[in-house]
Amino acid sequence: MSISLFMSENKDKVGENGASGKFELHEPQIRPAVEYVGETSIHLWKDSINILAIIGEIAEAVWYAMKNPRKVRWRETLYYMDVCGADALPISCMICFLMGLILGFQASLQMHKFGTDLYVADLVGLSVVKELGPMMVAMICAGRAGSAFAAEISTMKVSEEIDAMVTMGFQPSRFLIIPKLLALVMVMPVLTIFGNVVGIIGGMTVGVYSLGIPIITYFNRTALIVTPRFFTEGLIKSAVFAVLIAAVGCLRGFEAKNDTHGVGAAATSAVVSGIFLVIIADTLMTYLFSRF
Amino acid sequence: MIQAKDLTVGYGDVVVLENLNFSIERGEVFVIIGGSGCGKSTILKHLIGLYEPMKGDILIKGESIVKADWEEKRRLMKSFGVLYQAGALFSALTIAENIALPMEEYTKYSEKEIMQHVNEKLKLVGLQGAGPKMPSELSGGMKKRAALARAMALDPEILFFDEPSTSLDPVTAAMLDRLILDLRDRLGTTMVIVTHDLDSIYAISDRVIMLDKEAKTIVARGKPSELRKSNPPPAVKEFLERAGLSRKMD
Repeated sequence: MSISLFMSENKDKVGENGASGKFELHEPQIRPAVEYVGETSIHLWKDSINILAIIGEIAEAVWYAMKNPRKVRWRETLYYMDVCGADALPISCMICFLMGLILGFQASLQMHKFGTDLYVADLVGLSVVKELGPMMVAMICAGRAGSAFAAEISTMKVSEEIDAMVTMGFQPSRFLIIPKLLALVMVMPVLTIFGNVVGIIGGMTVGVYSLGIPIITYFNRTALIVTPRFFTEGLIKSAVFAVLIAAVGCLRGFEAKNDTHGVGAAATSAVVSGIFLVIIADTLMTYLFSRF
Repeated sequence: MIQAKDLTVGYGDVVVLENLNFSIERGEVFVIIGGSGCGKSTILKHLIGLYEPMKGDILIKGESIVKADWEEKRRLMKSFGVLYQAGALFSALTIAENIALPMEEYTKYSEKEIMQHVNEKLKLVGLQGAGPKMPSELSGGMKKRAALARAMALDPEILFFDEPSTSLDPVTAAMLDRLILDLRDRLGTTMVIVTHDLDSIYAISDRVIMLDKEAKTIVARGKPSELRKSNPPPAVKEFLERAGLSRKMD
């Protein structure tokens, strides 16, 4: 195990020792485009390396956890399950219900023109279960859990708790990442199931009250079209999103600079990177699921 | 016990301290002093294996912590405890859980035995009954003592202290100094302390090295009481005479 990942920014800390820590005011400069592209490329390259490094750390920590389940910090895992799952349930359900309602309403406007009102159930059911349910829950979790993980770890870094952990001979990944990762992987699919159900109910509300479709007809159509395979696809996506959100949240925390700005920047970056990775992963998985 | 050989440390390409050579004996209270920004904490973080030096080697009990892989480093780290400047107690755990953590990880003690040891350590630092409290419920001095109890959880042979008296009132700082000496006398623990608190330096140190920001190296070494008498360089003299300490020494 390498501790370099957890200590990644130490070597930039010139100012503390006053060696070159002067405050200088610079005139704003228009940087040449080439310089900007170069810097961004280097940043992206370093970021990719760090993401690969953290995936390696996580894989090692997961392997250790599987071999030594008693060494997993289950109490912390339960705590994060509560925070990321139970506490996120109301907002997840609310957003998924409204999303189903909006989707149903928009679909009903178009479908009604062609006399295909019942197909609103198809559109809402498939969209929610395959895409929007897992995606909306992932967005909520990236905003709540991803940012919280980054802020928590970066604050621990500022208060030297990570240093203390390392000098006690502990792997920060095992203590700080695994409980969060396990918790999110366990609760996000459950949140997605709830989200799917209330999303479909949202669409059903429009179907029943706006289009006059009987509840049982709408329900039967949804049950016919949403097969276990589609349902499972959505849950697999949700579990993959959970890994990405937890990993990038923790990574941003470990990468944070040792100051208050660093904590804020880490939380922001965790949300942005989390959402970006979720969308990339969704694109890939949608393509893969369509091929098999 | 600890040896620094031709050690050069810094950040990025910037050298903070270079060509440091010193050794620390078993059971000694060794103090690293110097003005703010001279690299005291930096050298400490290199000694405990957090940072890698630019050049040179650090031996702990004859083994290089610089060249050690993670497993070897982990083994070496078990032989020492570190008291960080702000305590660095895990804020999500109670004081008792903080102290119990290293024992849960490295020993085969039962839960009951661990609690027994935790209470012993708390008693040693004068914090009986503080076990169930969260770190945020403690004062600065209590946090430092709780962190010391955690650092001593595995009865280490070496204890490192990063600015132990920072943010403490003089009475609490003096109490911590007494505690350090008491522990050394009772347990024979080697103490490595980074500080710029002159009272502490004179009260507890067996030997000191003084670092200088401009010279980027050790500018004085020896027993603190002898240092002043030996006509040291102006920077050292100025440092040691601050706060009317010359009177105290005379």
